[in-house]
This record gives sequence, structure tokens and C-alpha cells, in this order.
Amino acid sequence: MQLARQLSAIENGEMQVEDTKGLIVAITGPPGVGKSCLVDGILHRLAPEIKIAVLAVDPTSPLSGGALLGDRIRLSVLDDDSKSESIYVRSIATRSSSGSMPSIVRGLASHLLANSFDLVIIETVGAGQSEMRCAAVATRIIVVEGPARGDSVQAEKAGLLELADLIVVNKSDLEGAERVVNDLTVSLTLTNDAPPIIRTSAISGEGLDELAELILSLEERNSSRRARARQQLLMAHENILIQNPAFDAIIDRMCEEGIGVEEALRKLDERPS
Amino acid sequence: MGARQRIVIAKPGLDGHDRGAKVVARALRDGGHEVIYTGLRRTPDQIVRTIMDEDARFIGLSSLSGAHSHQFPKICNLLREAGLTDVVVFGGGIIPEEDRSALFAAGVRAIFGPGTPSAEILEFVEFASQRDCGVGSQDDWHWGD
Repeated sequence: MQLARQLSAIENGEMQVEDTKGLIVAITGPPGVGKSCLVDGILHRLAPEIKIAVLAVDPTSPLSGGALLGDRIRLSVLDDDSKSESIYVRSIATRSSSGSMPSIVRGLASHLLANSFDLVIIETVGAGQSEMRCAAVATRIIVVEGPARGDSVQAEKAGLLELADLIVVNKSDLEGAERVVNDLTVSLTLTNDAPPIIRTSAISGEGLDELAELILSLEERNSSRRARARQQLLMAHENILIQNPAFDAIIDRMCEEGIGVEEALRKLDERPS
Repeated sequence: MGARQRIVIAKPGLDGHDRGAKVVARALRDGGHEVIYTGLRRTPDQIVRTIMDEDARFIGLSSLSGAHSHQFPKICNLLREAGLTDVVVFGGGIIPEEDRSALFAAGVRAIFGPGTPSAEILEFVEFASQRDCGVGSQDDWHWGD
């Protein structure tokens, strides 16, 4: 109870937290690829021995500011009394952040680690190829792919896959999964420190034991360290912008008075942030 | 528009019809609130656990199976036992007129039947958020009083 209220205070900017070191794993990938079901599979295998918090992020409407948060529905592990006591699940809306990962998630994760959780899993918004902001928050990144991801050139494209510490091809019971694994494997043979690739199926259970084991022992890849720092810097900079008290008023003026982006930036600079 | 609230929309009991719950969840979302939907066939314990974890200020219960007179008061009691006394409870679905006064007495603050305009539910949320009418409050007010 107390913990849930504290997290709200952090989310609303009413409480500051210090960074706490620990394992923060982001699970990311396109919408509908099975991220929530994989998280459920992981929780079933690791709880109650390991205390796990899940921060499930869903998008805020850019129009109304509201959000519909539905990731809990798939977490059947919460119905198991022997396990649910060591699990905490919180739905997070992206609110005013520009990308899929609100910067406040880092504070929330730190607070959970400081409150005796061994592992924080961040389930991201269904993300596209270039949605890399989760690297700023998580210490490890798992990218989930599905059996239908286009031709083999897709596997060669730059982006999120390059930041993965582990690649999971989910829905391996469906046709096409094998080809995706092959495409990705071929693509990654040209990479110096390629991440492992595993196949999973929430239906047959294939690969879930391996995934649960791997999540605790994933090694950080050297190449992603710089990308991580870069994302952290970008996120911090964006925060300064969003927290500028004139931010919303300037957006209004852009819509209503038609002032340009250059002028809007100047006006934001004029005011003390 | 009032302040953003965190609201759980839940389906207690065994009926499998959640069109109404989803429409209400959507209306609240479009009203600027953060809505957590639990999915079908949740037990009172599961619903209270969700409210606690999510630090929600409102809980909307949808029932079409006739179990409301058992489920809604039970959830109100569990909320009080858990110390979640500032949570505001409202309900909807098929709730006969003659059952309502008992539900209000148990701590439910509003019941919205079929045909309720979504604007009215938003008005209720804004009004109730400014009033001390959580499930543990001595206030015997209810919406439409």
C-alpha cells in the first residue's frame, strides 16, 4: 500500500529518488508480439523465489491525456496466491513524454529496487524499429520478434535490434518463426558481439524456462554501452523541455497563433525553466 | 476538465459481457483519466489487489449477472479492511431499482444503468474527486441523491 502511494508521488513529481543499482530489464518489441504473455511466463518461473516488480507502460492519448492500461489482464500469475505475494505490477501511462518511455520510469524502478525487489521488468509500449529510449532506463534490453516480420532485409536494418542483449522470437509454434530465426542469425553473424537468439512460445511453453534463466544472467554488450549513455542524455534533455513551465502554453500558441518552431524554442529559452 | 484520476474498471462475477465496461473505460480515457481494465471474471480479492497496486482512486464495477448484491458490498468491505478508505466505488450494468438502496448503504456512490450518457459518468468522477466520499467515509451521499 505505502509503496503504491510512493510510486504515485514519484510519478507526479512530488518525490525525488536516488538511483539504485540493480537489474532493470526492458522487454520491447512490436505491438501484439506477445510481450505481456512472455512476462507472465517469466513471473511463473521466477516467483516467489525472486521478488519481481513489473512496470507495464501503455500510451497516453495525445488528444485527451487519458490512457487505457490493459497489460494486467494477461498476467495470470497474479491469480496464483503462492506467487503473487512476491510480485508487484504497476501500469504506467506515458503521459507527457515524447516517446514510449517516460523518464519517470527510471525513478520508479530505482525506488522498487531500493525496496527489496530483486528484478524490475519494464514492459514497453509496442515499439517500432527506432524506439530506443528504453536503453536510457533499463540495464538490459530484450527485443521480442514475431513470426511475421517481413523479408530478410528487415533483419539487416539498423535500429533497436542492435541494442538488444537478447533477442526472443516468440510465437514459435506459428509458421514463419523458423525463417525469422534464420534471418536474424545470418544478419548477426556479421556482428562482433552478437546477442543470443532464443525461440519461445507462450502456448507450447517452448523456450520459457531458458528465457527465465537467461534474464537473470544476461551480459551487457560493450557496443550498447555508448548507445545507452546517448539515450540517457537525450532523455534528460527532453525532460528539461517538458518541465519548462511555459511548455504547454507555447504549444497552444503554435496551434492558435501559428508561431513557428524556431520562435517557440526562443520563447522557451526566455523563461526560467 | 477535472484533474486526471486513476480508475480501475472491473468485472466481478461470472458473466462474460464486457461491452459496457469497455465503453465506460473508453469514455473515461477520452475524458483524460488513466483507466486500468481488469478483464473478465475477477474475484473481489483480485479487484482489491489491483486497486491497491495501481493506487487507483476510483473503482467502477460492472455486473450483468445479478450477483451485484453479493459482489459489490463484499468489495466495499474488503477495501475498508485493506485501509483503502478513500477509494470511491461506483457501479453499472443491470442493477434493478429495488437493489440500489442496499448498495448505496454498503458504500457504493453511484450506479449507472444502460443509457447513461458518458458525460454524466465524467461529471460524477469530477464531483466525487472533490468530495470526501471514499468507501470509508461516513458521508451517506450518493450520485443522483
